[in-house]
Amino acid sequence: MKKRNIGRNILYVILVGYAIITLIPFLWALSSSFKTLEEIVSGSMNFIPKDFTFDNYKTIFVEQELFPRWLFNSVFIATVATALNLIFNSMAGYALARLSFPGKKALFVTILAVLMIPAQVTMIPNYLILKELGWLNSYQGMIAPSMINATFIFMMRQFFINFPKELEEAASIDGLNRFGIFFKVVLPLARPALAAQTIFVFMGLWNDFMRPLIVLSDPNLFTLPLGLNTFKGQYISYWNYIMAASMVFTLPVLLIYAFFNKYFIKGISFTGGK
Amino acid sequence: MKRKYSPARLREAGQGYLFMSPALFVLLLFVVGPILYAIFLSFNDVQLLGGTSYKFVAFENFAKILDDTRAKVALWNTFKYVVIVVPCQTILALILAASLNAGLKGEKFFRIVYFLPTLTSSAVLTLIFMWMYNQNGLINNLLSMIGLPTYNWMGDPEVALNAIMIMNIWSTAPFFMVIYLAALQDVPDSLYEAAELDGAGPIKKFLYITVPNLRPVTSFVVIMGIIGTFQLFDQSYIFSGGSGGPNNSTLTVVLLIYQYAFKNFGTMGYAAALAFALALVILVATLIQRKFSKEESLY
Repeated sequence: MKKRNIGRNILYVILVGYAIITLIPFLWALSSSFKTLEEIVSGSMNFIPKDFTFDNYKTIFVEQELFPRWLFNSVFIATVATALNLIFNSMAGYALARLSFPGKKALFVTILAVLMIPAQVTMIPNYLILKELGWLNSYQGMIAPSMINATFIFMMRQFFINFPKELEEAASIDGLNRFGIFFKVVLPLARPALAAQTIFVFMGLWNDFMRPLIVLSDPNLFTLPLGLNTFKGQYISYWNYIMAASMVFTLPVLLIYAFFNKYFIKGISFTGGK
Repeated sequence: MKRKYSPARLREAGQGYLFMSPALFVLLLFVVGPILYAIFLSFNDVQLLGGTSYKFVAFENFAKILDDTRAKVALWNTFKYVVIVVPCQTILALILAASLNAGLKGEKFFRIVYFLPTLTSSAVLTLIFMWMYNQNGLINNLLSMIGLPTYNWMGDPEVALNAIMIMNIWSTAPFFMVIYLAALQDVPDSLYEAAELDGAGPIKKFLYITVPNLRPVTSFVVIMGIIGTFQLFDQSYIFSGGSGGPNNSTLTVVLLIYQYAFKNFGTMGYAAALAFALALVILVATLIQRKFSKEESLY
């Protein structure tokens, strides 16, 4: 039995050690966001600030008047695009799973193929198309290209294929048409799949760096990652401000995670090719 | 098959297209259309002054890749990055998942902590690490405290890419860990029990039961890793302020594509050609990986 204890201790060393490695950058950033500039510059290694201050947070909102704007842009774009994704991906997944129409197979293969194509190939033409449409520097330029997601169309199709047909049949006897059935019966029952999708799509949009970098050049329309990058350029070496801004930016996703935690792991095993 | 055009079938087909219409719209306008457009671009010289003008140059853009020293540097950097990061993050993810799966107390806590980097945006993580990589920042202070040499992480061309590698192994491994964790649930307990009867210790069990049983998942994780690492962009861009410096040491293929497409004038067609070259490299790399692992099940 002694042997087993040694094994267990080694496992704990691995687990705790890696937890520390994971947490240090976050704790360091958090503590730096409450430090004064002098303490930042001095290169001290305290995790607990000497002069604890909220000034950094106040300053970034006051001095950089665009900061609330960036926050709003990020929230707006990510929320609207996520909502559209939920509806459109589910509709497409449902059609591919349940309805028969000519060209269905070809469409499904196309969607699978899209999954394999790196975004860099479509990045340049997308820019030119948005330019032609006059959608550069606009919300729709950010939202329209990302309002569906091939991965989640595929996931929803898998979900609806296993969905009990009897429920829909019962609903159609009750006189609901196809759309009524979809929105009133099918979608509410797809909630677990939708929750997993919400987190991934929202996170992807919220954290996206490349698309806003290409589509947006007007600072008023920047999303937070882009704003953060600009901010870093303006306040080089003001790491107390940069860390405060980073913390503000991280919080919303952490809250969503805390809220949907349960579905998260499920969602990964879903997308994880199972 | 006379019923093919019955009203009910026609109506169902109509509903099918209606349900597909938003997805179709986006696919055509922003995916399939652009792929064809990208093929066209890659065979043209593209000028963006005022309107967009094209001049057909056949394979010139592709031929140019071979003479472009920066493209070679970018490809070499990206290649080094893939070859080091993919195995490291895969092994780390596997070890973490197996440790978490051992049924110790506090599993849930560790899982939540480990997942933090996956949730945080690449922009934030890069900034946090840049702050830690500072000349008299946390990492150098820790290194000198335990008597190790310190580095100019962001300024020295010899180490800048390594700094990004460390950061990204740290930030991506937990995501793959979760995939491994889900797969570990499917490994039958009876296998471990049988091994225990034969007197196998934890390390033997890990090597002879866990690792072989997870092979299909490992293949998936490696392919996802290859696809992801070849597309390294955010971290390099933020780290170097978009330049790929110091001395091109953090220049990746995608960063180069970005520079040619959006920062330099008149090289958009060339950038499109580079993007196709990258897609080809990724495709070949995944095919090679599949050949090696001889695993057909997942993709």
